[in-house]
Amino acid sequence: MTAITSGERANSAGRRDRFIRALLYALLVIGAIMALLPMAWMVSASLMPAGEASSFPPRFFPTRVTFSHYVDLFTRLNLGRYLLNSAFVAFVVTLSSLVINSMAGYAFAKLRFRGRDRLFRALSTGLVLPVQVAMLPLFLLLKNLGMINTYWGVIIPGLASIFGIFLVRQYALAIPDEMLDAARVDGASEFRIFRSIVVPGIVPILATLAIWTFLATWNDFMWPLIVLSDESRYTLPVALANLAGEHVQDTELMMAGSVITVVPVMLVFLFLQRYYIQGVMAGSVKG
Amino acid sequence: MATATAGRLRIPSEANTAAWFFLAPALALIGIFFFLPVAAAMLLSLTDFDLYGIANPGNTRFVGFENYSRLLRTPDFWLALRNTFYFAFVGGPLTIAVSLGAALLLSSKLVRFKGVFRTIYFTPFVTTLVAVAIVWRYLYHSRYGFFNYALSYFGVGPIDWLGDPHWAMPAIILMAVWKSFGYNMLIFIAGLQAIPEELYDAAAIDGASPFRRFWSITLPMLSPTLVFVTVITMIGYFQLFAEPYVMTQGGPLRSTTSVVLLMYEEGFRWWRMGYAAAIAFVLFIVILLATLVQFRLQKERA
Repeated sequence: MTAITSGERANSAGRRDRFIRALLYALLVIGAIMALLPMAWMVSASLMPAGEASSFPPRFFPTRVTFSHYVDLFTRLNLGRYLLNSAFVAFVVTLSSLVINSMAGYAFAKLRFRGRDRLFRALSTGLVLPVQVAMLPLFLLLKNLGMINTYWGVIIPGLASIFGIFLVRQYALAIPDEMLDAARVDGASEFRIFRSIVVPGIVPILATLAIWTFLATWNDFMWPLIVLSDESRYTLPVALANLAGEHVQDTELMMAGSVITVVPVMLVFLFLQRYYIQGVMAGSVKG
Repeated sequence: MATATAGRLRIPSEANTAAWFFLAPALALIGIFFFLPVAAAMLLSLTDFDLYGIANPGNTRFVGFENYSRLLRTPDFWLALRNTFYFAFVGGPLTIAVSLGAALLLSSKLVRFKGVFRTIYFTPFVTTLVAVAIVWRYLYHSRYGFFNYALSYFGVGPIDWLGDPHWAMPAIILMAVWKSFGYNMLIFIAGLQAIPEELYDAAAIDGASPFRRFWSITLPMLSPTLVFVTVITMIGYFQLFAEPYVMTQGGPLRSTTSVVLLMYEEGFRWWRMGYAAAIAFVLFIVILLATLVQFRLQKERA
């Protein structure tokens, strides 16, 4: 008797679980569709013949697939140049940020020197300072250095970052002191210790830092917009915003431009998302 | 043993010089290209530095707090501040609610393929803001856009999303929620994983309803995460710039002009840099106050 009741109860609980599970999946799928739909339409509209993306009722799929807008962008509108500009800027910033931030992060984590913790705290206050506050004087400073309207003007403020130092320091704290001291006793120089013990030990966080920096630099808009006035030096987001002003009616063309801007970051993210997500988590630890 | 001790004694002074060698590039760059400009912005905001100042710095005068008092008398500034608050105080909580909802769904034991959904939800966050702002501008098109097409099925008449001063900011908020909820979601998922399972088991034995469990266990245990997420979301949202720049140019009727957009226009379009620096400083103070208030609230609750 009791056995039957509990069996029935389990059965009804099972039915309830199935219902809840179906509901959860429904919500998750709806959410996924909403997350992906704008991107999917962007790709689809970029392949439509001119004018088709501005028809009523709106079309989701092209009647006929054409790559003419991509051809147009690269032959007539110089997009290849902007792509190279973006790649160059993002590449240099990433590389330098790896070297400079890892050195500083390691020093804050493992080297003993006077005023270390006070200096680190002072540096951390910079995390709450909005970058826009620095932009006006920074513009004047770079103007005096002759770096306005150059790649260096875009690159220089990104060469080192407080967040990057934070990221590396947090990770490097786990390196055992005994390992470093043993190398010192063996007579290894500090630089050699850094190169052959520390760097191999912090490779995962360097991957995180690299991806994080690359994507942030690639996507950055306001600072390149301010610094660059010569069209031939525009990065992709700046060029795209500029094109969007001139070609408001050419929906399909603008979608193709957006695809080219977004696809590189998507690929980097999809292949290396494990490291990227680690950056999000490490960022949340500092809070 | 003796050598080890000798070695350890030798470390500090050597490490000291080495440390500064490792730190110098980063400190120099961040000092010169970040902290120095921030300090200079304060001075700049006390001058009438403008186009004539760029031509010849000698044309600049010290004007005390005149930029600030002029700012407070300018309706456009108050409008920009209002718009920014609207974006941050409506968009911020909305983003956090959606993030938490998504995180709860993805933390359910009944669900599989979590990794796939997590990646999909996070994708909008990594995309280029300018590119997606352009995409959304077309989705919001009053005649050809998908939003109005979908709404027409529910008998809702066409809305001029980006052309109507009442709808432009909600439209930008909606896009911002879509773009950024994935980031907070990841942080919430980590926070939820850290809550000990036993608490829920005990509550289940006591017969607590799912809602009750959420309210009395999940939410309190999650509150440090919640504060962190709120702080970074608000800091980010107060810096609203690219969305209105690309989608509305601050219009219609300046209904989407944010504080940073106003600073950009004043400083880099009209070159009234002293005045623009004052705007930047007000932004900084707003962000600082909001951050302090949130930490204080957290401390009081704890």
